[in-house]
Amino acid sequence: MSDTCKFKIDGKEIIAKKGQTILEAAKENGVFIPTLCNFTGVKPKGSCRICSVKINDRFMTSCTTPVAAGMEVESNTEEISDLRKSIIELLFVSGNHFCPSCEKSGNCELQALGYRYQMMVPRFPYSFDKKNVVATGPKLLKDQDRCIKCQRCMKTIKDDEGKRYYAFKNRGRDLEVVMDEEMSKTITDELAKEAMENCPVGSIIYKGVGFSEPIGTRKYDKQPIGSLIETN
Amino acid sequence: MSKKITIEPVTRVEGHGKVTIQIDDFGNVTDSRLHIVEFRGFERFVQGRPYWEAPVLVQRLCGICPVSHHIAAAKALDVIVGAGTGHGLTAVGEKMRRLMHYGQFFQSHVLHFFHLSSPDFLFGIDGDPALRNIIGVIQENRDLAVQGVMMRKYGQEVIFHTAGKKIHGTGAIPGGINKNLSLEEKEILLNGADPMNADKMVEWSLGALEFFKGYHAHNKDMVDTFAAYPSNHLSMVREDGAFDIYHGVLRAVDNDGKRILDDVDYQDYDKYIEEEVRSWSYMKFPYLKHLGKEKGWYRVGPLSRLNTCDFIPTPLAQKEFELFKAYTNGKPNGMTLHYHWARLIEVLHSAEMIRELLNDSDLQNDDLVVTGEKCKKGVGVIEAPRGTLFHHYEVDDDDRITLANLIVSTTNNNQPMNTAVNLTAKAFMNGKAEITEPMMNAVEVAIRAYDPCLSCATHALGQMPLEMTIVNKNNVILDRKTK
Repeated sequence: MSDTCKFKIDGKEIIAKKGQTILEAAKENGVFIPTLCNFTGVKPKGSCRICSVKINDRFMTSCTTPVAAGMEVESNTEEISDLRKSIIELLFVSGNHFCPSCEKSGNCELQALGYRYQMMVPRFPYSFDKKNVVATGPKLLKDQDRCIKCQRCMKTIKDDEGKRYYAFKNRGRDLEVVMDEEMSKTITDELAKEAMENCPVGSIIYKGVGFSEPIGTRKYDKQPIGSLIETN
Repeated sequence: MSKKITIEPVTRVEGHGKVTIQIDDFGNVTDSRLHIVEFRGFERFVQGRPYWEAPVLVQRLCGICPVSHHIAAAKALDVIVGAGTGHGLTAVGEKMRRLMHYGQFFQSHVLHFFHLSSPDFLFGIDGDPALRNIIGVIQENRDLAVQGVMMRKYGQEVIFHTAGKKIHGTGAIPGGINKNLSLEEKEILLNGADPMNADKMVEWSLGALEFFKGYHAHNKDMVDTFAAYPSNHLSMVREDGAFDIYHGVLRAVDNDGKRILDDVDYQDYDKYIEEEVRSWSYMKFPYLKHLGKEKGWYRVGPLSRLNTCDFIPTPLAQKEFELFKAYTNGKPNGMTLHYHWARLIEVLHSAEMIRELLNDSDLQNDDLVVTGEKCKKGVGVIEAPRGTLFHHYEVDDDDRITLANLIVSTTNNNQPMNTAVNLTAKAFMNGKAEITEPMMNAVEVAIRAYDPCLSCATHALGQMPLEMTIVNKNNVILDRKTK
């Protein structure tokens, strides 16, 4: 029995390994589906919804849905693109994502997706919640105004015993991702830089070094998000 | 019956200003005020942000000279990260910033003179308003207009290669810079295809000066008397008294040339300069503390820089400086329209400096950043195109900004601009029964000599419209004209 199967995304035939998610198979076959909360090596949860596709007229998150032979998947349609754009807009209005002075500008996945989906002005009103910059630790600061609560830091930044540096605090509208104050004092340089790298936006910033990487040389300045996958 | 005239909005000046002129029963001007009616608030909303964001955040004050704010903020943060003041950076760090700053000076001054002020010289203050703009300049004197456009483009290119972007770049960072100048970039700027090269910019800068001097020779009375008045002058000069727009000490002279402030380390600027708040304007009024509010106000900008410095350290600009100084027998020059003369000498100096720096191999060095022992307060001062610019920041233990105080060039020139407006109103409106468009433009000419943009000073957006309101002594509006 074959361990591969065939299905279609927007009419394009995709050959996938059985057990793969739609997102993984799409990536291997040169089809870009946007993600934010998804992170290599971490079990997907489908919480940000930006990777949503349509199967049998139902919206499904491609990062959690396994492929099935003969499946017909819609991804790059006007309806789904608008849905993805609205998710990006909602994330922008839920905080204060002022790109011009953000150290992550050019390396930010949310900003790159904003450009990809041609977000000009958010169609939703800004929430203007009062959020803080927490900068008490020696190496990292957390700008709550830029946090999209993707949980990537919570799942990937751990000490040698597997204890998490980041966790949720409060509930509902007051929910925020915070760093353990005691642990923040002893985080290594290497792990601190990894935390900043893993954050898809500019919420976790390595302190003291700003804008050392010139404009025009940053990740998405050189390659718009998704272009590397699509040229493969 | 006395009345008040308000000019709102003021045109070819960025931002939004309003001029109110009060006249008495005989039609004579008794008082005038330049109101700055926008509010920006940068000093407040930068609070709480990490300090390294300041150079990229605060430069959003302005789209014409953001580099000035970018570098002034970076200089203040040099102090905070322990890289010292001025010359504490590596050679490539300081020289790349200087190149960026001269590029900025060049393009901003060119924009100020060619695009915004030259229409008044070509068509006259009372010229047809339909022609009195940059489009009119293109129709009347194509070569002059093309040179203006290309010179500004060249300055923008210098900024692009040093700051990463033509507007709102990120080149200057606390303790240094984030890129050097590659040999390819050096070649583009130094020896680019005609006319985009350093030699042509020096040649055209000399040509622009000749244009102004020719106009001056034929219109001596007007140029020398228009809003001319005695005042103090303040600027930064190099430690040896040379003209320097990047680093030095504060110096001020009075109308006789006597130094009333000298060799002042700008880290202590707040010991010497105070700002007064007046109820009718969002823009503050700075003055030298030891002389008080009445006698302590001063002018800044091109005219003041040439009044305070001893010499200009490039040969062609020095020659022009000597002619400029000789015109007033070495005494400080108080003639408002001579701001443009001084401005064009600075354009020439900037072109010479750009050429000199491009030939400096230090720009290809790789040691970009210096750090040292952190401290909590830093002041950065540079000479921006419109005048002396102060940035003062304080940070807490968590690297967040707790205080920001910005005294921008336009703020320093607040009282001088008010004085110039008052003199112009008296000269053009006294005894006149009707307010005409040329009268309104004359007031604008006075403002434009100092500054084509008011927005940074109030911490506004859009083009500056002009409204003139006439009121009587009881502040009852009798007439209002807008343009």
